[in-house]
Amino acid sequence: MSEKPEHFIIDGKRLDGRSRDELRPIKIELSPLDRADGSCYLEWGRNKVMAAVYGPRELHPRHRQNMTGAVVQCRYNMASFSVDERIRPGPSRRSVEISKVIRQAFEHVVFTKFFPKTAIDIYIEVLRADAGTRTAGINAASLALADAGIPMRGLVSACAVGKVDGEIVLDLMKEEDNFGEADVPIAMTADNRITLLQMDGRMTTEEFYTALELAKTGCTTVYELQRQALIEKYGDEYRAEGGSDE
Amino acid sequence: MSSGDNTVMAEVQRDHLFNLVLKGERADGRAFDEFREITIETRAIDTADGSAMVTLGDTRLLVGIKVQPGEPFPDTPDKGVIIVNIELIPLASPDYEAGPPREGAIEIARVVDRGIRESESIDLTKLCITEGEKVWIIFVDIHVLNNGGNIIDAASMGAIAALLTTTIPAARHDLGEDTPLPVRDIPLAVTTIEFGGEMMLDPSLDEEKIASTSLIVATNTDGSISGMQKTGAEPLTIDQVMRVVGMAQTAASEIRKKFMEV
Repeated sequence: MSEKPEHFIIDGKRLDGRSRDELRPIKIELSPLDRADGSCYLEWGRNKVMAAVYGPRELHPRHRQNMTGAVVQCRYNMASFSVDERIRPGPSRRSVEISKVIRQAFEHVVFTKFFPKTAIDIYIEVLRADAGTRTAGINAASLALADAGIPMRGLVSACAVGKVDGEIVLDLMKEEDNFGEADVPIAMTADNRITLLQMDGRMTTEEFYTALELAKTGCTTVYELQRQALIEKYGDEYRAEGGSDE
Repeated sequence: MSSGDNTVMAEVQRDHLFNLVLKGERADGRAFDEFREITIETRAIDTADGSAMVTLGDTRLLVGIKVQPGEPFPDTPDKGVIIVNIELIPLASPDYEAGPPREGAIEIARVVDRGIRESESIDLTKLCITEGEKVWIIFVDIHVLNNGGNIIDAASMGAIAALLTTTIPAARHDLGEDTPLPVRDIPLAVTTIEFGGEMMLDPSLDEEKIASTSLIVATNTDGSISGMQKTGAEPLTIDQVMRVVGMAQTAASEIRKKFMEV
C-alpha cells in the first residue's frame, strides 16, 4: 500500500486535482448483460462495478417466501483481483454487512407488495476497487433495478463524504479513505430521504451536519447522471408512448 | 428487524405499541429517552485478561477479553490489533440458531468494533512489540446470554468496561511485566429506533421487532462522533438524523457516569 501523503489538500486542490465538493468522473452503461433482467456497468473514478438484477422470480427455499410481497436479496462481492492484495473468494464479514445495508437501502423504494412469494435479487460485483465501492454499487444497482422494469418509488443515489486534513470533502478517493479522518457513505432518494447511512472515523456534530449537506448535493448530482442514462436508453420508447421528459 | 415470524402476534403487538406511542407512552412505562436499568460488573471472569458482565433491562451479556501476541496487519506494521466478535448463542434466545454467524451478528460486531477503533480510545501504537513482526492482539468476545433487546448498546458498554479492566499479560509470554491496557476514552454506542414518528432510546425486544428503522451513533466524551450505522428499511430525514445524534450524545454522557463508579 502507498504511503500516507503529508497533505491531502494543497491550494484548495485534492491529490487528484479535484476541489472539496467535486465528484470523481462517473461513467454509466445501461443493460450490458443480456441474461440478467436488468443490469448496469458503472465506473466511478478508478472503481469499476457491475450490477445485475434478476426477478421478480420464484423464491427458493419456499419457506422464505413472503405472502405479502417480494423479498429483496442482495449480494455484494469483490473480485479477488479487485485490490492490491488478493481477496480470498467468497463472502467475508465485511461483504455480508455491506450486502445487508445495501439491501435495506432498496427495501423502502421497491414496490415489493406487487410481487408476493417472489425474490428480487440484486448482485453487485466489484471488479476494480478504489474507495467508495458500496456507493458505486448502489448507484449501479439502482439503475439495474430500473432497467429490469421493477416498479420503484424512485431511484436511490449514493456517495460518500469524509474528512481529510480536518476538512469535509465529497467522494473520498483511496488515499483519502485509507488515511483520512472519517468516511460517511450515504444513500438517499431524490427527495433526500436517507436509506443508507454509515460512518466511521471521527467528526464533531457540526462537521457531521456539514457532511450530510454536502452528501445531499453529491447525491443530487449522481441522481441527474442516473436520470440522464435512463433517458438516453429509454427516452425514445417512452416519448413514443406519449411520455414527457419531466 | 425481524419480519415474517408470528405475523398475527406481531400485528397485534404492533397495534398495541403504536397506540401507546400516540399517548406518549411505552409498554414498560419509560419515557422515550429513558434507558432501562444498567448494571456493569467488571472482572467477572478470572481466566480472561479483562471482562465485564452487563445487564440492560432483561438483556444480559458477558464480554471477555484475551490478549495474545501475534502478527500485525501488513498495512499497519507498528500497531496492535483489536478484533471484536459477538456470539448470538442459541442459549440467549429462541430466535438464535447454532452455526456460523448470520448477518445480524456480523453487523453488531462490526458496529461495536468501529465505535471502539475509530474513537482511538485504545492507543494501538502502544501495542507494538516488534515492528512488522509482533504486536498485541486484543480479542473482544461478546457472549449474549439473554436477548432482551438492544444488544448493541449493552455490547458497547460491556466492551469498553472490559477493556478498561484489561491487563496485557506480558509476563505469561516472557515479554516483560504485565501492564494495564492504555485506554484514553469511553466511546459508547447508543441505538435510537423510529416508530410511529417518534424516536426512542434503548428499545426493548418487542420495540426492536416493530421498529421500522434504527440509527446507532457512537460518541466520545468530548461529544464527537466516532461511528454510525442506520439499520432497517425506512428512510430518515437529515433533521431526524441530527436529532438522533443529539439524543445519543446526551444518553452516552449519562451512561458514562456509570463508568466512574466501576
